[in-house]
Amino acid sequence: MIIDTLTNVLTKNSLITSFAFVGILVWVSYWISTKLTRGHIHGSAIAITIGLVLAFVGGTATGGSRGLADLELLAGIGVLGGAMFRDFAIVATAFGADLDELKKAGLVGAASVVIGVVLSFFVGAVVAFAFGFTDPVSISTIGAGAATYIVGPVTGTALGAGSDVIALSVAAGLTKSVLVMVGTPLIAPSIGLNNPHAALIYGGLMGTTSGVAGGLAATEPKLVPYGAMTATFYTGVGCLLAPSVLYLVVRAII
Amino acid sequence: MVIYGVALLSFCMLFGVFVGDLLGTLIGVQANVGGVGIAMLLLIILSNLSSSKLKLNPITETGIGFWSAMYIPIVVAMAARQNVVAAFSSGWLAIIAGIAAVAASFAMIPILARFGKGTRSDH
Repeated sequence: MIIDTLTNVLTKNSLITSFAFVGILVWVSYWISTKLTRGHIHGSAIAITIGLVLAFVGGTATGGSRGLADLELLAGIGVLGGAMFRDFAIVATAFGADLDELKKAGLVGAASVVIGVVLSFFVGAVVAFAFGFTDPVSISTIGAGAATYIVGPVTGTALGAGSDVIALSVAAGLTKSVLVMVGTPLIAPSIGLNNPHAALIYGGLMGTTSGVAGGLAATEPKLVPYGAMTATFYTGVGCLLAPSVLYLVVRAII
Repeated sequence: MVIYGVALLSFCMLFGVFVGDLLGTLIGVQANVGGVGIAMLLLIILSNLSSSKLKLNPITETGIGFWSAMYIPIVVAMAARQNVVAAFSSGWLAIIAGIAAVAASFAMIPILARFGKGTRSDH
């Protein structure tokens, strides 16, 4: 009876449950950070990694596509971690950001978005080719997926790619997003990602909003507004370039 | 009042996403183009304006500060709802494409950062 009532309360108040759940998860992560790694690994990096592991466990257990949020008890995670709250919090981090820093990096920031899209597209396209794909539509769709998991299906749909290829492109984009979240704090010191200028370029090159949001949170939260600012233009630019110019280039080469 | 800050933040986000959607429609892509970035710019400009002319009340600021502080927990929740299974169960092609794209992009950061800094010191 107690278990049933408790389950009922937690399910009915799912968003509140998710606040409590994330609170405990963050607390455990910061405890691990200070006690077990003596502060070498940032608490938020641990929290994000645990989140991803739990998403894998949740996804395996339920067979759903929303990680832990597919467990009825933790449906609130889907709302709290969804695009609406994510974007709301990202915008809030801009409060107090340095406008001059943004102006200074304007041109390089814009260039980094275009370079980022083109670079990821062609890297993805080469991998697709290496795996035996020879038609320009499939190659372009997988290349677009290597940009972000939104550019992939948008490009695939526009070019008329098969659903299996579109699924692959989404998987490539998801892999990128997860890797950016986990990899950024590890690689940040060696690529000089410790100032607003580098963060703007990082956001433009990586482009995955979730990856950039998670990666910078785990590295240096003060850099979030700069990275997020350029990253938010990436998917739009990708959806513009991939099914048009970049596809034509691929078709010309093959 | 705290709600003024939250409402200002909401206004910025809705306006940015609205403009981003319009931009996407205008250039014919099925995506929002820079909506969140436009919202952030608007918030930065509004908050810079108000500091000189109509300064934001500190309590109003807490309405924005709260959501800024909620950023990391929200990102943790975001991580917990990713489709990690799909990312790692679609075979090696997707994994290698993802790894290669991330590695190439990471490698570009120092190059572009140096380029940007170089042009700046020329002035």
